[in-house]
Amino acid sequence: MKLILALLCALLAVPATAQTALPPAPWADRQIPDAAQERKAKALMETIRCLTCQSQSIADSGASMAGDMRSQIRERIMAGEQPEAIRNWLIARYGDWVSYEPTAAPILWPLWAAPILLLGLGLLLLRGRIKRRTRA
Amino acid sequence: MRTLLIWLPLVLFLGFVGLFASGLFKPDDRVIHSRLVGQPLPAFTLPAAASDRPALASAQFATGKPRLLNIFASWCVPCAAEAPQLMALKQAGVEIDAIAIRDARPDVDGFLQRYGNPYARIGLDARSAVQMALGSSGVPETFVIDGKGRIAYQHIGDIRADDVPMILDRLKDAR
Repeated sequence: MKLILALLCALLAVPATAQTALPPAPWADRQIPDAAQERKAKALMETIRCLTCQSQSIADSGASMAGDMRSQIRERIMAGEQPEAIRNWLIARYGDWVSYEPTAAPILWPLWAAPILLLGLGLLLLRGRIKRRTRA
Repeated sequence: MRTLLIWLPLVLFLGFVGLFASGLFKPDDRVIHSRLVGQPLPAFTLPAAASDRPALASAQFATGKPRLLNIFASWCVPCAAEAPQLMALKQAGVEIDAIAIRDARPDVDGFLQRYGNPYARIGLDARSAVQMALGSSGVPETFVIDGKGRIAYQHIGDIRADDVPMILDRLKDAR
């Protein structure tokens, strides 16, 4: 019985994640009532990198700044702003680094070309093998 | 051709070893600099964060004289550590404004009472909105704003004692 009570208490405990004394921003952890808008906001938040914990998206991060970013993104989407406009606003401030969405920037061209090049190489090897086999 | 091709895997392997070794031994730089350095300060108006200091707006910066804009918070430990350096800068005649991030007035008052108050004006940015507009990624950070209201330099992290001459130089350059 005591054990169950202790476990119940543990369930009620609030984890000490706060970096500040302030409560989270209003829309940090609250969904937009309009499902379509929330979908847009969520998709954007999953591809924006958290500045405090740099290997997480702001959708996954518990950092207070990530909460503020989520709240701001939801508020701006509710005000009718397009997700890509918000992404560009953030990139203008923090650089490409802040976005997880791959771009078509020239530095990424080798990355985009790699599958085609590898496939071509594979076909070339295959052709060589078939040729050798038919000769034998 | 064939004998040359035999060495290819080894060459590739050594290439990867070199790549990983350089990644391991290169100093880790995770600091994200603001892209707004060299550009005008974004427009903002903030309420007062402390009881005995006025509020802060971006329009107050283009005064013809460079100023410091310190981003701090009462809950931030390195901010307390840089307080003596900000005081030294103030004593050297530098005008310092500040933005308190995710803060509350009683907390800011308590912080300033404990660590001293080098600020002329302090704005309260309760939801980090101005911090994001500035491209700042944490506390503390210090921006040098030139006389025309442009961001001349961004110092990330607390100002150490040996950073003070450098900050003074940046202020001189921003004139």
